[in-house]
Amino acid sequence: MASLLIQNGTLLDPSQNLQQKADLLIENGKIVKIGTGLKADQTIDATGRYVTPGLIDVHVHFREPGDEEEETLASGAAAAVAGGFTTVCVMPNTKPAIDNAAQIEFVLRESERLGLCNVLPTGCITKGREGCELAEMADMHQWGAVAFTDDGAGVNDVSVMRKAFQYIKMFDGLVMQHCEEHQLAGGAMHAGVVSTSLGLPGLPAEAEQLMIARDVLLNRTIGCRYHVQHISTAFSVELIRRAKEDGLPVTAEVAPHHLLLTDEDCRGYDTNFKMNPPLRTAADVSACIAGVVDGTIDLLATDHAPHRAEEKELEFARAPNGIIGLEGAIALYAEALVTPGHIGWLKLIDLMSTQPAKLIRSDRGTLKPGSIADVTIIDPDAPWTIDKHQFRSKSRNCPFHGRSVKGRPTHTIVSGRVVWALGETI
Amino acid sequence: MTVGSVPRTIPESVRSADPTKGRMSTWTHKHLLSLEALSANEITFVLDTAVGFKEVSTRSVKKVPALRGRVVVNAFFEDSTRTRMSFSLAAQRLSADVIDFSGSGSSVSKGETLIDTARNIEAMGIDVMVVRHSAAGAAMTLAKHLQCSIVNAGDGAHEHPTQGLLDLYTIRERFGRIEGLKVAIVGDIGNSRVARSNLWGLKKLGAEVIFVGPPTLVPRTFEQLGATVVHDFDSIIGQVDVINMLRVQNERMKSAQFPTVREFTQLFGLTGERFARCKKGVFVMHPGPMNRGVEIQSDIADGASSGILKQVENGLAVRMAVLYLVSQRAKEPQMNADERR
Amino acid sequence: MQTHYDANAFAALLGTLADRIVAIVPMASPFNVVGIRTRGEVLADRLIPLLRQRGAHDIGHGTLDITLYRDDLSELGPRAIVRPTELNFEIDKRPLILIDDVLFTGRTVRAAMDALADFGRPSAVRLAIFVDRGGRELPIQPDAAALTLDLPLDQQVKVKVAERDGEDAIDVVSRT
Repeated sequence: MASLLIQNGTLLDPSQNLQQKADLLIENGKIVKIGTGLKADQTIDATGRYVTPGLIDVHVHFREPGDEEEETLASGAAAAVAGGFTTVCVMPNTKPAIDNAAQIEFVLRESERLGLCNVLPTGCITKGREGCELAEMADMHQWGAVAFTDDGAGVNDVSVMRKAFQYIKMFDGLVMQHCEEHQLAGGAMHAGVVSTSLGLPGLPAEAEQLMIARDVLLNRTIGCRYHVQHISTAFSVELIRRAKEDGLPVTAEVAPHHLLLTDEDCRGYDTNFKMNPPLRTAADVSACIAGVVDGTIDLLATDHAPHRAEEKELEFARAPNGIIGLEGAIALYAEALVTPGHIGWLKLIDLMSTQPAKLIRSDRGTLKPGSIADVTIIDPDAPWTIDKHQFRSKSRNCPFHGRSVKGRPTHTIVSGRVVWALGETI
Repeated sequence: MTVGSVPRTIPESVRSADPTKGRMSTWTHKHLLSLEALSANEITFVLDTAVGFKEVSTRSVKKVPALRGRVVVNAFFEDSTRTRMSFSLAAQRLSADVIDFSGSGSSVSKGETLIDTARNIEAMGIDVMVVRHSAAGAAMTLAKHLQCSIVNAGDGAHEHPTQGLLDLYTIRERFGRIEGLKVAIVGDIGNSRVARSNLWGLKKLGAEVIFVGPPTLVPRTFEQLGATVVHDFDSIIGQVDVINMLRVQNERMKSAQFPTVREFTQLFGLTGERFARCKKGVFVMHPGPMNRGVEIQSDIADGASSGILKQVENGLAVRMAVLYLVSQRAKEPQMNADERR
Repeated sequence: MQTHYDANAFAALLGTLADRIVAIVPMASPFNVVGIRTRGEVLADRLIPLLRQRGAHDIGHGTLDITLYRDDLSELGPRAIVRPTELNFEIDKRPLILIDDVLFTGRTVRAAMDALADFGRPSAVRLAIFVDRGGRELPIQPDAAALTLDLPLDQQVKVKVAERDGEDAIDVVSRT
């Protein structure tokens, strides 16, 4: 493989506490040197840009197998690299669900064949995501599943969840939980003034908080690694904060829409604002931002959820939950967190790369010489307009279409190869 | 024989109104989706227009050619005989061609989406679609995707604007005004589109709205929308001018929202005993259909204080007015209407 | 051509109209007078005492709103307010005098006759017009007119009545 030099950029690497103008030399798929005056076969000029460890999104849905019209591993990976991501973790709520080693292996093989970003599989906690019997998690773990989740739903049965924690702890695995008390479920949007006004059934904030509290209590004496997905309410953040203060192995993620949108956006019944957990109030958004700033929320994840247009065109209460998010994620996170001055770019990269790598125990997420060269180059100031029709994703369910934003990736490099560059077809 | 006798309470503003003298004489909305979206002036305009249409129903030939040649479709994806009949008759009195479409047993049950079904109907060349659907927002969604006028005949728990309007009309007819009245709406408010439409209409026209019921059916969030929420009916029963009783549905019992019909009637029913403690001249209403003996005692529903049948009668006039108003294709006039004699 | 008729001229013209009505409808028998909203209604109110002075004794009096009968509904920009029609009398078998302030294309009168048909069957309908300004689009002519003009299309007649406009007057103005 030809050697690659990324020149004149500003390196941002939280893993080395590095923020400096320097060049990055990549050889044979690995980062070999950080310095100046270096030479290579190919050069990328990164003047005015940030050079960061490859971005990692630990929560995406690629609908393969089962709903390939919405997204495939191929189209999802293409969307990911166009968003600057070098690694993604796919959720197992496919059809059939990914609850055995053969399917874990399928995802890894596809990922390798596609040669775009690293697509890492997660496995179900329970067989078929039915919430009753434990899936073959040790086997899946051996074959490369990076975490276990029944995402789309939480594990509702308390005794099953307790056993799951015990079992997963056995091999020091990771639980990712979609926290939603199913007996309070059924709402189409956040339960509040807006849902009352619109006549839509509401999903109360307590539904999320109940399961977080339950799991924290269940796990107190077990100590399994536990990660709360797509956190959305103020008190949820507070529960995580207290759990961390108690020294429990809890982490949390937040999605861009929960940092930028509120339930007021549901007026007009546009299903591009319908997701689970639903958009909450402005106070919840503020609390989530505060949670990111003080470290209660460890990382950012898009919960990229493609859906067919005809499904999203249904009546609000009937439409499926979720929006896509890989392409445009950097700009939206920057708008929510960096532009208002809550955090700087170094911290943003920590949230999008270093911490996710730590969570799934990946050896990426760093620019340390010797590491595999997963690198993202970002132009932080580039103004552009989000145009969903340009997306690589197969789906178009995006509420940010037409939004003027700033900041976009210019190159996505995986294992030393440029798999995506702005404006070029590779 | 007296032909064309006049309804007794035409407001003076209507009797002497001159369209060229400052009063609003234009309705610019292509759709009627909600009362929340209308201004107080617009709501009053619809009510005033309905006065003229009520008179049509007193003639021996109860028809006017205003919508001749237009096609009105009643697209009812949720069952309702009364509202559909009311709209149907209203359209026919305007000389429109009326088509009734009911959701069950059509392509909808074969899996066709709402938008597809509606588009197919529209493709046959229609002017107004009256829509009732069990999903909140359905009318608004159709208005976004279709070219014809949409009249919301009830979308889930969101709004039922013509019911709100006919309730306002009936109250105004009875009291001569809306402003300053205290109106109690009692029952399953949380799931009620009638309650919401009434809330918007009454507040905009200056009435006080009191929602009465158990906390499980009447969430306090309504206070942020301008209603007073009361869980003790007896505490306000002597203060209100209008009592609008909503129907109690047994499904709410099954979903643990109240224990039994018996207890509900005890706490929130308009019993004879409660009625005796009402203000003299209190006006009792109900959107129908009634559960006699449950939310309202039979003799009160049929008695002198009841406006229930008037509501039905006025519903026809209000719906004629609404169909008439949304059917226009507003263009810049070459000449004022009065000039083209 | 005279472009302004003051209150005195107005009163004189009203008397003329009453005389012309008497010539076509027997005052001794019952008959009905219906004004077309809005100013026709006012004129009808004014004419009735004048007709009583000329011998009429049994006059039914009503008002017709023809908004819902206009044939150019879809051409109208702002929609006129719909108001009730009030015809509280025996309509069948008696002559009915239809009164309006200005006759132009004839479409209002056509609409009025359509409306009347829904109420009953007068023995005869006579059209009494205050100002006939010419420009007919339909074959409709007044049976009695106080003032007949022949105006080009770029001019219009404005009839003012004290009850609505503060003064009695007739003005011929250019269309702006």
